[in-house]
Amino acid sequence: MAMFSQNPLMNGPNYSFSQTPSTAAAGNKEHSFYPYTDNGGSTLAISGNDFTIIAGDTRSTSGYNINTRYSPKVFKIGGTTSSQDDATLVLSVVGFAADGAALKERLDAIVKMYRYQHGKPMSVKACAQRLSTILYGKRFFPYYVTAILGGLDEEGKGAVYSYDPVGSYEREQCRAAGAAASLIMPFLDNQVNYKNQYIPGSGEGHALQEREKIPLPRNEVEDLVKDAFDSAVERHIEVGDGLQMLIITKSGIEEKYLPLKKD
Amino acid sequence: MNHLPQAWGRPRDDVYGAYDHAYLQNGPKQHTQSPAVTGTSVLALKFKDGVVIAADNLASYGSLARFTDVKRLRKFADTTVVGFGGDVSDMQYLDRLLNSLDIEEAYGGSSHTLNAQNLHTYLSKVMYKRRSEFNPLWNQLLVAGLDGEGKPFLASADLLGTTFSSPSLATGFGAHLAQPLLRKVAFDEEAAAKLTVEEAVEAIKESMKVLFYRDARSLDKYSIAVVTKDGIDLKQDEKLEKQSWAFADQIRGYGTQIN
Repeated sequence: MAMFSQNPLMNGPNYSFSQTPSTAAAGNKEHSFYPYTDNGGSTLAISGNDFTIIAGDTRSTSGYNINTRYSPKVFKIGGTTSSQDDATLVLSVVGFAADGAALKERLDAIVKMYRYQHGKPMSVKACAQRLSTILYGKRFFPYYVTAILGGLDEEGKGAVYSYDPVGSYEREQCRAAGAAASLIMPFLDNQVNYKNQYIPGSGEGHALQEREKIPLPRNEVEDLVKDAFDSAVERHIEVGDGLQMLIITKSGIEEKYLPLKKD
Repeated sequence: MNHLPQAWGRPRDDVYGAYDHAYLQNGPKQHTQSPAVTGTSVLALKFKDGVVIAADNLASYGSLARFTDVKRLRKFADTTVVGFGGDVSDMQYLDRLLNSLDIEEAYGGSSHTLNAQNLHTYLSKVMYKRRSEFNPLWNQLLVAGLDGEGKPFLASADLLGTTFSSPSLATGFGAHLAQPLLRKVAFDEEAAAKLTVEEAVEAIKESMKVLFYRDARSLDKYSIAVVTKDGIDLKQDEKLEKQSWAFADQIRGYGTQIN
């Protein structure tokens, strides 16, 4: 075609690179290695007046296989020793477990160094900000995890911070993450924040009065967490085996483990 | 004016002919993008006072059973055995790495050596670093031995740096076929802590047999190691016993055929 054309511009540019695709150039070796995977599982955090509960199931999966029935995804952060007995912060990570473990170790080292350098434990607020910068530091090769950080704020009130994989974060009353997040979160909206609940007989239609929002006591939150996970286990194949709960109060971090269905 | 910037400054096809890409062949740095010579499943099971681990002696080249005398269990410092699944050249690289680690550790002069747990941490960090450089070691490893307190230790690390631990573990095909059998004898840590050596070895051998029946990349020659505080008992030329094939000559055709 081009050889009959006096004016190349009339039927295209006719330059050797003119048809270069704007996507990956042809002839380049395709990388079949994919550096991520999904290890399933789900986490959940709820803050109360003077406590925070962070929970996660203990199943680790790859595809339809169960890797193990006990692989914790909630961790104490920033204690003075490896046993983390005096830790005041809790981090949960769900998604790609190898990135989760790497993130947890990095944050733990940083919070330990903070205590060493400043002579005081790191506040949740400071740790929350720092975690965001760690995640954003790998903006173009992200940690493939949904992180939730919990602790008590400067006033002793329960604090929960939730993240996306590249570091967007927000303080919240409650948050579910991971495989069954979409199953648990609506339940939490209804049972923790009383969404769509109205006072019986208080009016018609839009005149109905909303149910008063009051922080829940600890035993009720624990029951909500158990019910949320029991329901998630029924409807999501990647959730099950065990439920690990870390409860942060001013007297320390208490751990509870409950079995879940193993099917 | 040509409004396609990718063509600016380039030789015209109609004058010079199509551009020759031939000289561009030395492309990006070549990493292991896919495994070549591979080993199949590794199985391991904890018992009362140690761990049993096994892997067959085959290194496949695709569907060709290419090397039939490849030992995929490696001893480390009298307390640990590492079992390798996946790429064999990467296994041999890791073997050299562990050799130099062993030598480095010996320079310390103390009698303290790396236990199985230490070694698993080390290997999983190597694996995670390599995957983060997009240059993975294409293996799944099982680390079997004793931890710092002398208790049975068993954990896995793979090419992505994923790690986990369980009373029984199996890689590759074994994760589908052997793991359900092993979980029958050791459902949880308590059940594994009641198993005797004989029971554990029996369960592993039975699973190796099932894998030979059903895994097209497996072999009936295998290595098996028992790690206890008394040391490592590694046998590298075992043969599968008591296979069941007698039923086969009763089977005719695919349906209605009688003879």
